[in-house]
Amino acid sequence: MPYLPQASTVSLSIDRYFLGSLALCLAVLLMVTFFLVYFSLRYSRKRNPQPTDIEGNALLEAVWTVVPLILFLALFYFGWTDFRTLRNPPPDSMTVKVTARQWAWSFEYPNGKRSEELFSALGRPMRLELNTLDVIHGFYIPAFRIKIDVVPNRTATAWFLPRLLGDFDIQCSVICGLDHSAMLSKVRVVSEEDFRRWYFSDEGERALAKASGGKPGKAGANLLEEHGCLACHTLDGGPSVGPTLKGLFGSMEKVEGRAEALKADEAFLRKEILEPEALIIEGYPPVMPPNTLDKEETELVLDYLKELK
Amino acid sequence: MSYLDRQGEGGLYSWVTSTDHKRIGLLYLTVMTVLFWVAVALGIVMRLKHLSGGDFLISARAYNALFTVHGVIMVFMFVIPGLPAVFGNFFLPILIGAKDVSFPRLNLLSWWLFLTGACLAVLSLFTGSGAPDTGWTFYVPFSIRTGTNVSLAVFAAFVLGLSSILTGLNFITTIHRMRCEGMTWHRMPLFAWAIYSTGWIQVLATPIIGITLLLVILERAFGIGVFDPAKGGDPLLYQHLFWIYSHPAVYIMIVPAMGAVTEIIPTFARRCIFGYKAIAYSSLAIAALGSVVWAHHMFTSGMADLANIIFSLLTFLVAIPSAIKVFNWTATLYKGSVDMQPSMLYALTFVFLFSIGGLSGVMQGALGLNVHLHDTYWIVGHFHYVMFGGTGFAFFAALLYWFPKMFGKQYDPKPAYAAWALMFLGFNMLYGSFMALGYMGMPRRYFAHLPQFHSLHIAATVGSWALVAGLAVFYANLLIALRRGKPAEADPWGGKTLEWTLPSPPPPENFDKLPVVTEAPYHYNPKAPA
Repeated sequence: MPYLPQASTVSLSIDRYFLGSLALCLAVLLMVTFFLVYFSLRYSRKRNPQPTDIEGNALLEAVWTVVPLILFLALFYFGWTDFRTLRNPPPDSMTVKVTARQWAWSFEYPNGKRSEELFSALGRPMRLELNTLDVIHGFYIPAFRIKIDVVPNRTATAWFLPRLLGDFDIQCSVICGLDHSAMLSKVRVVSEEDFRRWYFSDEGERALAKASGGKPGKAGANLLEEHGCLACHTLDGGPSVGPTLKGLFGSMEKVEGRAEALKADEAFLRKEILEPEALIIEGYPPVMPPNTLDKEETELVLDYLKELK
Repeated sequence: MSYLDRQGEGGLYSWVTSTDHKRIGLLYLTVMTVLFWVAVALGIVMRLKHLSGGDFLISARAYNALFTVHGVIMVFMFVIPGLPAVFGNFFLPILIGAKDVSFPRLNLLSWWLFLTGACLAVLSLFTGSGAPDTGWTFYVPFSIRTGTNVSLAVFAAFVLGLSSILTGLNFITTIHRMRCEGMTWHRMPLFAWAIYSTGWIQVLATPIIGITLLLVILERAFGIGVFDPAKGGDPLLYQHLFWIYSHPAVYIMIVPAMGAVTEIIPTFARRCIFGYKAIAYSSLAIAALGSVVWAHHMFTSGMADLANIIFSLLTFLVAIPSAIKVFNWTATLYKGSVDMQPSMLYALTFVFLFSIGGLSGVMQGALGLNVHLHDTYWIVGHFHYVMFGGTGFAFFAALLYWFPKMFGKQYDPKPAYAAWALMFLGFNMLYGSFMALGYMGMPRRYFAHLPQFHSLHIAATVGSWALVAGLAVFYANLLIALRRGKPAEADPWGGKTLEWTLPSPPPPENFDKLPVVTEAPYHYNPKAPA
């Protein structure tokens, strides 16, 4: 497949199956089409004014029942063997916990490190345990030919073994609301060496601190990132699904159902985090998911917001 | 006097209170044509949006409403009721030599329920807090959480389901009780067989979706916790219940289409159908097997691996009866005397496009490959090949075939050929691009798309223009024929089933004297043994 990289080991066998079954189906289609066209021309009213009634042929009926049956059973069998591979991760896989929420992915590695993009080492199998905090999402990496629905109250699993270096798209495949098509991430396949360096560094956190201007309250910024808040709220004043967090503290906000504007003080922001549906700032959709921050984390985030001018 | 002539009071009132199966058929045709064009317009706006990968023309919120409403209208108000409600109503009683269906008043009630459901669905767009945005599948828990007008849209689907059940019940009873003298089961035209199989699916499967949709409404209104995972409910239970109906519904859509094509091909090949019994019983086989394959919509849902394996196997088996039909249609052309009238061309195009839809369905029935293809544009392409290339083209073929009989007017064939060329080209460009996009990994229901998908999206959108131009030519031609068409003969195509023994258009109660049937249908060559 020239347009879609075969970036995992299973992608090779899935593509082989695709091309094989496509060739078979095209052959059947061409055969049917050939006879439709040929008979229409050969036995046109002009060429064959006097038709002959043929009521049927038991042998032919048997042949075109049994032959497709055998072909289809073969197709079923090979589809099943591919699936068996997809469902059975190698025992030496590294397990990464994936959390889905409207509309972001986050990843947690065995040593507790977290990221928004999935880092993976070339040639090392990775097993994913996926959970969702709200509605159903679908975890889909086309370049790896893997997809699994993430259903509430269930832990979904998937695995892959990368065979190409590079960045590959992660997309949500199950409609999950307003920004479904923006629920994207990347899997970054790097060498084993680079992966180790990344895995044991605090690179992710440093980059985040830089993005928030290196100001204090780094912990709060990290929490916003880890809990997916930044999927809908920007830190730099830019527009998004929800209001930007920059300068939100202390501003006057018009809220749905209230005539006068409210001051976005600490109590206001706390209520927004804990009961987002109670206070809807005008002009924004009522789509904020339930809170996942614990008490201590909420305070850290509030401290951070107070400083984000 | 024909059924179209003024009766009693006359005017619109005499139409919407008529229990004449032919008038009811036309009532359905009228409402459905309007709804079809509304849904086409929604589809075109979606295609225009994809001229750009990002924000363009409409908002993400509007886009999510568009694909939901496009799906709800097309599925519940055009493709499912299309052939049975229009042509089943109009022709089933005539084909089996009856004066009407078994329960004419119930039949009228079905249409009123259909109209009510359609109005409620349209109302759900403009009332409450915005049009539903869940996709036509209404998957929980998103459909419980979203603030949009899901409850009303779901209730509309419930009312439409009730209409469908009553229609199916009516047709089954009509076929059992109202066949004229000599019309044995094996002398029934194959369209009647198809309607019979469809009726059973409608009666047995539709109540399940009715109950399921009511549960969604109760869940939204009272939080009963059957489906809501936050209360211990099970989202996968919803998916099972939804597809237990909605997969057989695919066969409600396609089996009557197959039946119509089975009438058309022998007429224009001027010979008997090849394999009458194979075609008749394969309809029943589809109805039966099609009821036990629903979970192939859920291979990535996380249900048990054993269930996946069983449903994949059954899915491959359900393709067999469809394949048998395709081979028998093809063989019916052999040694025929083929007259390629527009209706025949559309019917053979149905065979071609449906084959693509069916074969792509076989490919995605494989477990391993399905994981990659599920929820992508491949699936969207596949089911448009089945529902539009299949049912849609069969609907057009049936309309061209029976138009002179229904309205007593003949249309000009030339624009119908031109419309075919435009539609065939546009259709394959649009949905062929969809399948390629899906294989490359483009997920469905995406407002924005990534750059690698852009050129194929452009090709698909350009194809949609040709397709809609073809549709416009097709309908304009028939509208012109309604006003200015030449009077149609009683049997313009040389057909041999009972509707062609009646004048065009038929009189109010069809037959002055009920016919007596003495031979199998499609008896074109009296010299040959019947």
